[in-house]
Amino acid sequence: MALDLPDNVLITKLDAIANWCRKYSLWPMPFATACCGIELMATGASRNDIARFGAEVFRFSPRQADLMIVAGRVPIKMMPVLQRIWLQMHEPKWCISMGACASSGGVFDTYAVVQGIDRFIPVDIYVPGCPPRPEQLIQAIVDLQEKIQREGTVMGREFEYPDRQRPPLALRPEGRAGPPGIIAGPPPEEGPYS
Amino acid sequence: MDVPGMIQGLQREFPSLSWSEFRGQVRVWVGRDGLFRLLQRLKEGHGFDMLADITCVDYLYYPDKKPGRFGLVYVLSNTQTNQRIVVRTFLEEPELVAPSVTPLWEAANWLEREVWDMFGIRFAGHPDLRRILLPEDFASHPLRKDYPLQGLGERNNFPVIRRAES
Repeated sequence: MALDLPDNVLITKLDAIANWCRKYSLWPMPFATACCGIELMATGASRNDIARFGAEVFRFSPRQADLMIVAGRVPIKMMPVLQRIWLQMHEPKWCISMGACASSGGVFDTYAVVQGIDRFIPVDIYVPGCPPRPEQLIQAIVDLQEKIQREGTVMGREFEYPDRQRPPLALRPEGRAGPPGIIAGPPPEEGPYS
Repeated sequence: MDVPGMIQGLQREFPSLSWSEFRGQVRVWVGRDGLFRLLQRLKEGHGFDMLADITCVDYLYYPDKKPGRFGLVYVLSNTQTNQRIVVRTFLEEPELVAPSVTPLWEAANWLEREVWDMFGIRFAGHPDLRRILLPEDFASHPLRKDYPLQGLGERNNFPVIRRAES
């Protein structure tokens, strides 16, 4: 099919242009609980300047953000807060697990620290390091941009499942490993996303 | 501070009291029944007007035999003379109850809550003895020596939010 188009008109897919818009306007929600938060701030500051990649609009309200950067260890008292904040974010949304503690518990192999947030919330990109350098976090954002461009769809079809209209698993009784405060069975060997 | 004189005066009132001194640090042992009165006497009669800390030690696997499993530690400070004194008492299971010193020092409120949270020692007369550091539905007292370092599975007991559901 020959189209007679002027030179300043491009033809693309709607998915591709939606992904292109999304990946260069990531609004991060800093969930900074420890020293990784300092590196996160350094990443946003002038020397490293996360604005070069379109991700400089740090929003402290999850409803205004679409990228949660979990920077630091997450203790058991903070995990319900983290899950609630994740559920409050609108689609499309992504999550970066920054640093050894958020990704695996790090050196804090104790009763109080969750051994990797990916056991309980989905994670898109892991950043190793203790804490990671700003360059590593920028690389993670670049990788996430590539992932968004590669996988995203304008209607969010990649997230659709038959039970999508049901309440989230966390709000259903079978979503808990046990009743609150009561310890249920031996710990799982590996998290569902690890 | 005339330490021997003060101790002798206290020993007349509290016959079970023993003490030691190491490099100027005075430690006093007393039974639980005399604990509150001793602390009150130290505050009102000897100028120890500041409660610096309340903490606890679990001697469960300690090689030396102790009068009780838990050693409760009160650190008092005299803000006029900068002197300190440590008051200790031992508690044995199952009676893990100590008198609350919140009537003497307001600072004891949160300190006693922390000892309750971490060691499971109750303080009789405390106005609001809730957990202070750990979640309210936490079931154990993790600084006890028989509590495993990696917990009893509390850190794994959360709902799993999957990508399709959030």
